[in-house]
Amino acid sequence: MDKKYNALKLNPNDNVAVALKNLKSGELLSIQGEKDQIKVMEDISYGHKVATSFIKNEGKIMKYGECMGIATAEISPGFHVHVFNVRGLKNEERDHSFIDHVDTFSS
Amino acid sequence: MQTFEGYRRPNGSIGVRNHVIVMNTVGELASFTKKIAQLVPGVIPVVHQGGQAQFPEDYKQTIRTLKGTAGHPNVSSALFLGMGDDPLAKELEELLKDDNHHVHAIYFNKDKPVSEVLKEGKQWLEEAMDRSKTEKTETADVTELIIGLECGGSDAWSGITANPAIGACSDFIVRDGGTSILAETTEAIGAEHILAKRAIDPEVGKKFLKIVKEYEERIKDTGEDIRSANPTPGNMAGGLTTLEEKSLGCIKKGGNSTLMEVIDYAEAPSKKGFIFMDTPGYDVESVAGLAAGGAQIVLFSTGKGSPTGSPIVPVIKIGTNPRLYEIMSEHIDVNAGKIIEGKNTIEEIGEEIYQKIMATANGSMTASEKHKNQEFAIWRLAETI
Repeated sequence: MDKKYNALKLNPNDNVAVALKNLKSGELLSIQGEKDQIKVMEDISYGHKVATSFIKNEGKIMKYGECMGIATAEISPGFHVHVFNVRGLKNEERDHSFIDHVDTFSS
Repeated sequence: MQTFEGYRRPNGSIGVRNHVIVMNTVGELASFTKKIAQLVPGVIPVVHQGGQAQFPEDYKQTIRTLKGTAGHPNVSSALFLGMGDDPLAKELEELLKDDNHHVHAIYFNKDKPVSEVLKEGKQWLEEAMDRSKTEKTETADVTELIIGLECGGSDAWSGITANPAIGACSDFIVRDGGTSILAETTEAIGAEHILAKRAIDPEVGKKFLKIVKEYEERIKDTGEDIRSANPTPGNMAGGLTTLEEKSLGCIKKGGNSTLMEVIDYAEAPSKKGFIFMDTPGYDVESVAGLAAGGAQIVLFSTGKGSPTGSPIVPVIKIGTNPRLYEIMSEHIDVNAGKIIEGKNTIEEIGEEIYQKIMATANGSMTASEKHKNQEFAIWRLAETI
């Protein structure tokens, strides 16, 4: 295979993709393994994340098929996803449901 | 099922190499260990800081690491170089002889000229080399392989290309009945709840959370706090947003398989499938621990070209970006940078790594072997006395 794409989704359940090169506002997002094309809404550096679906405020940011953070604002497809609109998880938000009485960590 | 030609050992394990090694048991004999190795072409020196002046927990860890190294399935014969009536060399020799490994100990001794000790070592190693050449291989399959998963000299692409590709490969190995061991406890801090959730049962999940917590507390005792210091400003400039994301980029080397067991540093797994070993993030100590635990091959992702190898196990280097492969191609075995260029998917590179493992198991030399990169160090837990 030798297809050209400019972003990579690490898991089909993710709502962000990683820019594989510097993306310019207005260009179309071409994600490996997906046909849908999303318009890039702002300049995004390679290695950074771009939203591929609408993420509501307090919604989960999914990368690698896992929750890597919580949105601190509404994020529309094509926008940059980073420290200004995402925060890490608080300890009580971490999923420890597999264990009944786990000693939780102090964050 | 994919197969390879390996060396069956008396304890039933199977090696992908047939090394003859010489190992010091006290730090003072490091140089003499190298000198003895040089007397017999092909012999590999395994040199370390030694098992002296240690607290009991470190003495136990040192013995476990040296025993796992000298008794490794990739090792045909091992010579120990000890000092005087050194208890460590004697203990190692006895432990491994009980397992029917071909080992021997010689001693520096105030009553014996050094030239005599060198001669004695040379003679034993020459016989061991001759013996190794007569050993036959037999066909084995991937269910007998244990693959260590490691990273060193990471860059912004590590979590996007090489580590997920190693994860895909790890899932293939586990699917086919083999074993993979993820390491580097420090790298899991921040995403430990995600890996713990994949544990086969609550006990394994709890043990994993416990080793992460204990490691984090030891680091806090030194005045550092991993959680508040990460991701670093440099990580953020590269696109990493949260600690969870950074840690996920590391632990995804373990793919998405069920976590079967959590083991101590240099301990051999008792289960097949996906395993976690408690090791530091320092790649030399971590690779030595994985090897001592029985991994016959280690996968190692790097963005900056860390040359770390091992004296006894082939280390397969997976480069994270195309530029590294262009500049350091002789140090890299698999170019995961092709994912960035749109030439391959993560799964395709995972498959390429799998094929590289099988070729390596069949005797093909890795870049670190060709360059004789033979780093070795034991993870030390406490102060030196």
